[in-house]
Amino acid sequence: MDALFYIASAVAIIATFLMLTRMNVVHALLFLIVSLLAVAVVFYTLGAPFVAALEIIIYAGAIMVLFIFVVMMLNLGKRAAAQEREWQRPSLWVGPSALAAVLVAEVVYLLTHADTRMSGAVALGPRQVSQSLFGPYLIGAELASMLLLGGLVGAFHLGRRIREKR
Amino acid sequence: MATVPMMHALLVAGILFALGVTGLLVRRNILFILMSLEVMLNAAGLAFVAAGARWGQTDGQVVFIFILSMAAAEVAVGLALVIQIYHRFKSFDADRASEMKG
Amino acid sequence: MLNLLWLIPALPMAGFLILGLFGSRLSRQAIPILGAGSVGLSAAVSLWVAGSFFISPPAGYAYTQVLWRWLEAGSLHLPIALYLDPLSLIMMLVVTCVSFLIHVYSAGYMSDDEDMSRFFAYMNLFVASMVTLLLASNLALLLLGWEGVGLCSYLLIGFWYRDPVNGYAGRKAFIVTRVGDTSLLIGLFLLFRHLGTLDIQTLMERAAHQWPVGSPLAVAAGLLLLGGAVGKSAQLPLQTWLPDAMAGPTPTSALIHAATMVTAGVYLIARMHVIYQLAPSAQFAVAVAGAATLTLAGFSALTQADIKRALAYSTVSQIGYMFLALGVGAWSAAIFHFMTHAFFKALLFLGAGMIIESLDHEQNMFKMGGLRKELPVVFWTFLIAGCALAGVPLVTAGFYSKGLIVWQAEASSAGRWGFWLVAVFGVFLTAAYTFRIIFLTFFGEPKSHVHKRPGLAMTVPCVILAALSMVGGFVKTPEFLGNIHIFTGFLHHALPPVAATRAASMSEMGSEAWVTLALMAGFAVAYFCYIYRPEFSESLTRPAIGKALYRFWKSDWGMDWLYDRLFVWPVMWFARVDARDAVDSIYTGMARLCELFYHGARQTETGRLRWYAAAIALGAVIFVAVVLFL
Repeated sequence: MDALFYIASAVAIIATFLMLTRMNVVHALLFLIVSLLAVAVVFYTLGAPFVAALEIIIYAGAIMVLFIFVVMMLNLGKRAAAQEREWQRPSLWVGPSALAAVLVAEVVYLLTHADTRMSGAVALGPRQVSQSLFGPYLIGAELASMLLLGGLVGAFHLGRRIREKR
Repeated sequence: MATVPMMHALLVAGILFALGVTGLLVRRNILFILMSLEVMLNAAGLAFVAAGARWGQTDGQVVFIFILSMAAAEVAVGLALVIQIYHRFKSFDADRASEMKG
Repeated sequence: MLNLLWLIPALPMAGFLILGLFGSRLSRQAIPILGAGSVGLSAAVSLWVAGSFFISPPAGYAYTQVLWRWLEAGSLHLPIALYLDPLSLIMMLVVTCVSFLIHVYSAGYMSDDEDMSRFFAYMNLFVASMVTLLLASNLALLLLGWEGVGLCSYLLIGFWYRDPVNGYAGRKAFIVTRVGDTSLLIGLFLLFRHLGTLDIQTLMERAAHQWPVGSPLAVAAGLLLLGGAVGKSAQLPLQTWLPDAMAGPTPTSALIHAATMVTAGVYLIARMHVIYQLAPSAQFAVAVAGAATLTLAGFSALTQADIKRALAYSTVSQIGYMFLALGVGAWSAAIFHFMTHAFFKALLFLGAGMIIESLDHEQNMFKMGGLRKELPVVFWTFLIAGCALAGVPLVTAGFYSKGLIVWQAEASSAGRWGFWLVAVFGVFLTAAYTFRIIFLTFFGEPKSHVHKRPGLAMTVPCVILAALSMVGGFVKTPEFLGNIHIFTGFLHHALPPVAATRAASMSEMGSEAWVTLALMAGFAVAYFCYIYRPEFSESLTRPAIGKALYRFWKSDWGMDWLYDRLFVWPVMWFARVDARDAVDSIYTGMARLCELFYHGARQTETGRLRWYAAAIALGAVIFVAVVLFL
């Protein structure tokens, strides 16, 4: 199981890096899906099978489908990739990479000074998660549903205005 | 189940987050910016789940579900905005949409 | 029925509130009905109250109605209370009735004005404030009404605010009267500090007990109150605002700047008469102010070309008579002249308003003429009012009131020969300028075309006022003409009668004869200059000295010029010089600093999303570092 964790982590990191460096949006999306699937495996190894399933169904499934719909709607071809290449100059990478490196260094430093023992991990399945979600976190669940409704209304409104403009 | 130290899981989360930040800052294409945001949210979720596993509690997973729903709502609105911007500027260039300059 | 007293100020106040809040939604027919109706009801209530006061006078000829407590702080007790005695009763009766007539006239005069509801709202507020001033039982409530009428005066002078000149005139009136108001306020502080109350009747009692005659405190209080009175009543040296106040609509000039508000100073001094009895030197100052004003304003009135300005100077001059009467201790004579003056001066202004409107807003008298046949009703009412102003014997009210003042200027114990002489000379001036106005306007060749004729709403109030101008004087006649004393007899319950006449004074009849002689001389001069030999009046202004005098008098003895040099210019100069001093630079410096920060902060707002994201990420890095290493 430990090996699975490290392999999945490596896949996730490499896939994310590749996603960032793609010029074609569809390629980037595919790498992002790979990365999300790898993270789902990481969840599984950490004893969270329910969340791993959600990660695949909602993240890699539903949310990524939305992205693909938009890419299809706007019909991006080779021209977009060329445009992308034009925007990406190597010098651009220096600042953000440095910033990210500092951030990672800080996290590493933080983690080496913390108590990081893992308890004898037990798998926490849907039953326990649901009991917690609809028990003490009920208000949070309600708020999340409201947020989703807000997202729905917002997306509908923003999309509608475009149709009117046409 | 797993016996990996929590430090390693959190480290993975940190690296993914840093990659997301890098993507956010480097790319000009709004679609890539949104994807980077997804990566960052996902990394944050991973950290919560790892911490939850460390204490054998479900709270980490519950928070991950909240993050998930938030990400879904954000993507819905964000992509609607992307379409709007594309129609207005005929481009995905985030720097083009700099009309709110002070 | 005296307990209905509170309705008299409350009704116009309600009218003001309704017109002010919902004026724009009311129909044009409803506005004058509401505006004049509220004042009409108020006048009816005041007639009712006055009737019951006459028939069954309350104990001590005074009635107090406490409405509610206003301020209670330490030894200061200020109730909202109304005080009715013969003095405030007569003032209130005249004010509400004349106001009602002028409101009816306004319904005709303002019928084409788009801001009619605003006009009636201001007018109603004025009536409410004026009645509050008159009925106030304590000086603080009086001051409330006093400032209220000042505010209405300002609002109505600048009523046609689109012309900056009107706004300027309004501000001038407000600021000049403010000088007097400040003096009045200091006077109130002084009275409260030394007598410990602001209730007028208690104040009078305590003053009479605590202060000996001629005490410096009484003199100071008297002079400070006089300062307030000369400001409000446009007496020397604060009279310069009244002629400019004629910029307002003519009914306003009639109501506020002729009949009622400008006599508030007279009322104040009469109300506080005990203070002046304790301070003979302050009382003498009142008389001197009145005597000086009545002559100076008389000369100015002689030289005006604008009919409303001429009438304004005449108002100043007539209030000068009232002050003279107050100054010699003839309290009831002053109130008597107030009453008759309210009738005939309101009528003169209303007549002038009709003339101006029928000649399409022409105010220059030299461009009028021959209107006698064109506007007969206006001519006859104006003639009656003019005769009353000049004091034509026997048939007009002005003769009785002015004759009484002239006689008592000499005959009362505080009287002087000089005052009498000035007063008689004032009669000569009054007759001269009154008949000059009448001759220029109604006689001679017609010079302008009459555009429209006044309607019934405007002529009926004039006819009523004309009748009052004739019979209003029969309530007090001299000894040799019936010896009626209803008016003064009634007033003596509130105001002391004239102190014992001096031994070697002239008879009342002799004084009246001189007055008549002066009147005839004035009439003769006006007739000679404007009817018999019109070219003679022009030849008077031809030599250098005549021209200089003419211009000097026309510009109100150069008062405006003098005040400009004395007060306005130094202040303006100092403001300009002082615009960049240390204190100022602190504030401008603060503004500069904010501007600097603003420009700095603005630089960060590039509108570029990724810069914002980078800033957030950098902030996160720094924050984590701070948590880690500190």
